[in-house]
Amino acid sequence: MSQNVGSQGVGVVGLYVRDQEEALQFYAEKLGFRLHTDVRNGDYRWLTVQHPDQPSFQLGLFTPQAPMHDSATAQTLREIVAKGAMPPLVLVVDDCRAAYDRLRARGVEFTQEPIDRYGSVDAGFRDPSGNGWKMIEARQ
Amino acid sequence: MPGQDPELLRRLLRAKDRMDAASHEEWPVPRLAQVSGVSEAHFARSFKEAFGIPPHRYLLTRRIERATFLLRDTDLPITEIAFQTGWNSLGTFGRVFRDVTGESPGQLRAREKATPHRRDQVPACILGAAHRPDLTIAVSEKRRQDAGDSMNGSQETEVP
Repeated sequence: MSQNVGSQGVGVVGLYVRDQEEALQFYAEKLGFRLHTDVRNGDYRWLTVQHPDQPSFQLGLFTPQAPMHDSATAQTLREIVAKGAMPPLVLVVDDCRAAYDRLRARGVEFTQEPIDRYGSVDAGFRDPSGNGWKMIEARQ
Repeated sequence: MPGQDPELLRRLLRAKDRMDAASHEEWPVPRLAQVSGVSEAHFARSFKEAFGIPPHRYLLTRRIERATFLLRDTDLPITEIAFQTGWNSLGTFGRVFRDVTGESPGQLRAREKATPHRRDQVPACILGAAHRPDLTIAVSEKRRQDAGDSMNGSQETEVP
């Protein structure tokens, strides 16, 4: 399956993060994503990053905040993120163990060491906000 | 109910993650409290408020989940699975497993092996979590309820 064929498809999927600066640092400096868009409008900041091998897709790093949400809703969303209750995310890598060693050396908080199963290798980590990622080795 | 501090929740999540990563180990409250950086007195209450069940019961669900996985996807003897998932005795493992899941480890293994699946399409730990026992009540309470259910009908009026 080739990427970026037509002009249709999913362009941005957003994560809620507790602090956009911290999240940008994590995704850019630790995971190696690139900054795609960083636009401020008053208190609001539209911030997206991109995996270097995936130019057709942006990962949004957003904070739950007014005026999109009332303060009680924003608080609830911050709690949900901090509890690790947001949906699972999957990062596909060529070599899970090598990526684990590299990211761990950079201070990424791993929740699961690489495990062999079903003919692949997977590990788990969290971003500083609490979003959980599975890191899965691409099947050759 | 007022919410909890997200910063505290993030640290409580760390304790939960540590239990997830090593559910076969012992996780007494002082150890968990230290991981979260909160006082022991605070920990159990905060954890339950955050995740809906007390930490020791959460650990139990993870052990059952792991045992279920090993029963289904390996040929390890049941004794070995009991010890690998943190039980000190096969008897306790078998009894708690049946209380929680409704069938013995051997029954579950036989049933799962007879069922085709496509598990390699879903990340394993997520699938495992989806099949984790939903232990909203204590095991002792569940045992009482199950015993009560099997007698239901004739004794309904005696239930307070």
